[in-house]
Amino acid sequence: MSPLSSTTDSTTDAPRDDVRETEIARITSALGDGVVDSMVKPHDDMWIRVTADSWMNTAETLKSLGYTYFCFISAIDWMPSPFGKGEDDPTEPVPERDMSIKQGYTGGATRFQVLARLTQPQTSLGVNIKADVDESTMSIQSWTSVFAGANWHERETWEMYGIVFAGHPDLRKMYLPMDFEGFPLRKDFPLLARIVKPWPGIVDVEPMPGDDDQEEGTAS
Amino acid sequence: MSVIGDRQQLAYIAAQAADARVNVELETEGMTLNIGPQHPATHGTLRIIARLDGEQVIWAEPSAGYMHRGYEKLTEVRTYPQVTALINRIDWLGSFANEVPFILAAEKLMGVEAPPRAQHIRTILFELSRIANVSLFLGDLGVQMGAITPVFFAFRDREYVLNLIEGATGGRFHPNFDRIGGLKDDLPAGFIDETRMVMKKLRIFCDEIEGLLFGNEIFQSRTRGIGVIPKDVALQYGLSGANLRASGVDWDLRRDQSLPMAWDKVDWKVWTHPDGDSFARCWIRLQETREATKIVDQLLDTIPSGPVMAKVPKIIKVPEGEAWVSTENPLGEMGYYVVSQGDQGPFRVKIRSASFNNISIVPWVLKGVYVPDIITILASLYFILGDIDR
Repeated sequence: MSPLSSTTDSTTDAPRDDVRETEIARITSALGDGVVDSMVKPHDDMWIRVTADSWMNTAETLKSLGYTYFCFISAIDWMPSPFGKGEDDPTEPVPERDMSIKQGYTGGATRFQVLARLTQPQTSLGVNIKADVDESTMSIQSWTSVFAGANWHERETWEMYGIVFAGHPDLRKMYLPMDFEGFPLRKDFPLLARIVKPWPGIVDVEPMPGDDDQEEGTAS
Repeated sequence: MSVIGDRQQLAYIAAQAADARVNVELETEGMTLNIGPQHPATHGTLRIIARLDGEQVIWAEPSAGYMHRGYEKLTEVRTYPQVTALINRIDWLGSFANEVPFILAAEKLMGVEAPPRAQHIRTILFELSRIANVSLFLGDLGVQMGAITPVFFAFRDREYVLNLIEGATGGRFHPNFDRIGGLKDDLPAGFIDETRMVMKKLRIFCDEIEGLLFGNEIFQSRTRGIGVIPKDVALQYGLSGANLRASGVDWDLRRDQSLPMAWDKVDWKVWTHPDGDSFARCWIRLQETREATKIVDQLLDTIPSGPVMAKVPKIIKVPEGEAWVSTENPLGEMGYYVVSQGDQGPFRVKIRSASFNNISIVPWVLKGVYVPDIITILASLYFILGDIDR
C-alpha cells in the first residue's frame, strides 16, 4: 500500500481507482443536472461541484446514498490577498500583485465557494462538495434541516465570509463581538496584527550561520 | 443580511437577560444559569448558558469564542513549516497528533513520503500523545464528580509520558517535531526501554482507574443512561472519535483509511459500545488508552532502520492542488483541507477540529437533563477549548 506515491506518478500512469470512480458515477447520476463538474484523484479523494440551486438537494441525496457522517462546511475566498503574505515594508510603495483568480479543483466561476465534506462511515469514503456563491446575493441554502451539525459550521462560515445560509434557524456570531463589522477570513480583510506592527522578518537581515560560512568560503 | 443578524442577536440578549416564565401551567419561574467562562466545572473556559425549569434544563447553549485565535487566517501568512508551530496549540494536550495530518496533507501535495522509520516514530509519538491526552481525561473525570484521588494518579502517570515526549522532541506540550518529509530528529538513546517501562505503568494506571472509577457505584449511577446520543444523531452532528464509537459506530480512521503511518502494521482492536451514554464514552476512552499502550509496545519491537528524513528541498514550495487529510486524534477526527497555489505558504487551510463538532451537539443533548448531569455529560464528551475555537 502506498497511496501517496500513486498520486505522485504522472496521471496517465496512475492506477485507476475503481472504487472511487464507481462511487462518483453513482453520485453524479443521482444528482443529475445539479453536478457541474466532478473529479477523482486515484486512491485519494473525490470532489464534486454542484450548482448553488441544488446545494440542498445534494445534501439530501448524498445522505440517502450513505454519506451520513457530516464532516464540515466552510468556504474559500479565491481572490488573492491584496496584502500578499503581510510582509510588505510599510515605508515602500505597495508592490504590484497578480490579482487574477486561480480556481482550484473542479473549477468555479465566482470569488466565493462553499466547501463541505461528507463521509460514508462504512467505507470511509469522503466527498468534497463545492458550490459557487453568487456575489450579488451572497446566499445559499442551509443544510441544518438535513445535518443538524451544520448549524455551527454555517454560523462560523457566515461570520468569517459573510455567506448567508437561507433557512438557518439561528444565524448569529460565534466568536466575534456582535457589532463587529467585516468578515475576517475574506482575503481583502487585512490581518490587523501585521498592519499594527510590520512583520519583523523584513528588518531581520542577519544571515544564517551556514550562509555566512559559504560567503566567506567563496570570498577567500 | 446584517438586519437578520442583529435582530436575532437582540432576541438572544433578551432571552439571556430575562428570567422568563417558562412553565405557565405550574407558574414556576424559569431561571437562566450561567456556567463559566471561569468556573471550576467547565475545565477550560467554555461558557454554558442554560435556562432551567426547576432542576431541569429546557435550553442550553455553549458560548464558544473565548479562545479564538484565528489560526485559519494566520496560516495564510505563514510558510508550511511555520504552520506546525501554530497548530500545535489547537489541542494542546495531544499536540504532536495535531501536526501529523497537516504534514501528511502537505506531503501528499508535494508527492513526498516519509521514510518507514519516520512513519513508525510518528505513529509512536502520535499514540503517546493520545495516552497523555486521555490519561488526563480519565483523572479529570473523577474530579467532575467529586472524586479527588484519580486526578493525582493521572497527573503522576501522565508525567511519565510527557517526559518521554520531551525526551524525544524537546517539548513537553508543543513538540513541533514533525517535518515535511520526516522528523526533526531520531529517537534518543534509551527511549525504547524507557517507553516499554512507562507503558507497563500506564497499563497499571488504567487498571487503577477502572477499579477506582468505573466500578464505583456513584460513578455508574451518575453516568449510566445519562446523556444518551443515538447513532444517527451522532453521525449527523459529525461526532467523532470515542464519542462516535460509544454510540455504536464501528469506525476508526486509524484502521479504516490508508495513510503512510504504521497502524496497519500492528495488531489492535477498535472498541465500540452500544449504549451511547456518558458511561460508554468514558469506558471507550479507557479501553483506547489500553489499546494505545499495546500499539506503542508492538511498534517499539519493529522500528525499521534507515533515515528519518526524506530528501526535500531546503525551501519548501508546495505545488498547486488541494488535499484533505484527517487522522483519528485523541479527541476525534482532526482534518486539514489545504489549498495550495504553488507558494511557500498555504492559500487556505480549513481546520476541522474534533471538539467543534463534538460540542455542537451540546444544545441537543442537554435538553431535558438535570443540572448536575450537565457537568458529567460535558466531561464525558471531552473537549479542549483550543480545539473548539482554533
